[in-house]
Amino acid sequence: MNLIELNNISKYFGKTKAIDRVNLTLAPSKIYGLLGRNGAGKTTLLNIITNRIYPDQGIVKIEGKNVVLNDQILRNVFYMTEKNLFHEGYSLKELLYLCKDFYPSADLSYAHTLAAKFRLNLKQKIGGLSMGYLSIFKAIMALCSNAPILILDEPVSGLDANHRELLYKEILEIYAAKAQTIIISTHLIEEIAALLEEVIIIDHGKLLLQESSEMLLQKAWIVTGEISKVRSFAKSMRVLNAKTLGQREEVLLFGLISQKDLIAGKNSGLDFAMASLQKLFIGLTENTEVNHE
Amino acid sequence: MFLAQNSEHPIYLQLASAIEDDILSGLFQEDTQIISTTELSITLSINPATANKAINLLVDQELLYKKRGMGMFVTPGAREKILLRRKERFKDDFVLPLLKEAGKINLSADDVIAILTKEGNDDESDRA
Repeated sequence: MNLIELNNISKYFGKTKAIDRVNLTLAPSKIYGLLGRNGAGKTTLLNIITNRIYPDQGIVKIEGKNVVLNDQILRNVFYMTEKNLFHEGYSLKELLYLCKDFYPSADLSYAHTLAAKFRLNLKQKIGGLSMGYLSIFKAIMALCSNAPILILDEPVSGLDANHRELLYKEILEIYAAKAQTIIISTHLIEEIAALLEEVIIIDHGKLLLQESSEMLLQKAWIVTGEISKVRSFAKSMRVLNAKTLGQREEVLLFGLISQKDLIAGKNSGLDFAMASLQKLFIGLTENTEVNHE
Repeated sequence: MFLAQNSEHPIYLQLASAIEDDILSGLFQEDTQIISTTELSITLSINPATANKAINLLVDQELLYKKRGMGMFVTPGAREKILLRRKERFKDDFVLPLLKEAGKINLSADDVIAILTKEGNDDESDRA
């Protein structure tokens, strides 16, 4: 079943095409990573999915229903925005009650537990929070909302390493218990890679790829060796970038390598390593692709 | 049980191999329950699907079995099976890379054997 469906979505800001004919389908109960460089259109796309803004073209459906002005459906989605959209004078406690108004099944005692874990005092006003604690509070709201679809836009921005790790664990913990659909948009790819079941990469408003992270990583190889040997091995493959150092070359390849080719390559003196999701992401979005034609 | 940060193997293979290590060392005894997928996922900060894939791989190899409603258990004979397979792979995984490196720095097989013999003896005297 498709939980979220984007059908040919385009969005212009003035003459700039922010989103360019994006088609996407998301299945329930998976953790998705929405990755893209600054300005790639991640937040715009999330705003469209949650009907905060209207696309110029195309339709978004959740559970088969058009999201436009559909309160019923949108109550299934908690969207943690990167910006704070609440009035600064509210205390965190008040905001949690507000959250409960919109998401009646929200679990406020869980919110208090999380706040204690992050050492966040709920009596303070949201306007007085540091950037990191603002992110933490918004994430706590999302996790306690009990909405079946959680959209987290840059959930760890401003968080120190300890708090990031704690948040990743809390996300996995609630996911293990509730199996929500979680969409995480982030710049910190390396850290989050292992959390993701599926990866969506957008670039310049276009969908570059959507694939299970595992499949994706099986296609990402760093091959090093003598220039001529590397080039002859890489001849029929996508070379996302290449670096030469003296007589040696290192290439980032994108594609499956058969066991037979792998053994032959190793025997000819080439070294193979799996590339990280981050390396692959940079290779795919950096325009350094090499054409051997 | 911890995973390498940069490995040439996918996470699920690393995890499967880490569980095998714990069966080898006796941390997970035969016919006893191993750590759950959920615990693996949260402790190692990995997607539960990845943890599941590692577990399923070990189930396919009959090293683990599922007790309905309880979890995953170590199959009797699993330790022996892992030992046997690791021994078979020892040449490819360790000896050949060792000889390759030795070749690069002009060490002969005999030189390598001499080092191994010495280290092996040292190791035994350490233990004594």
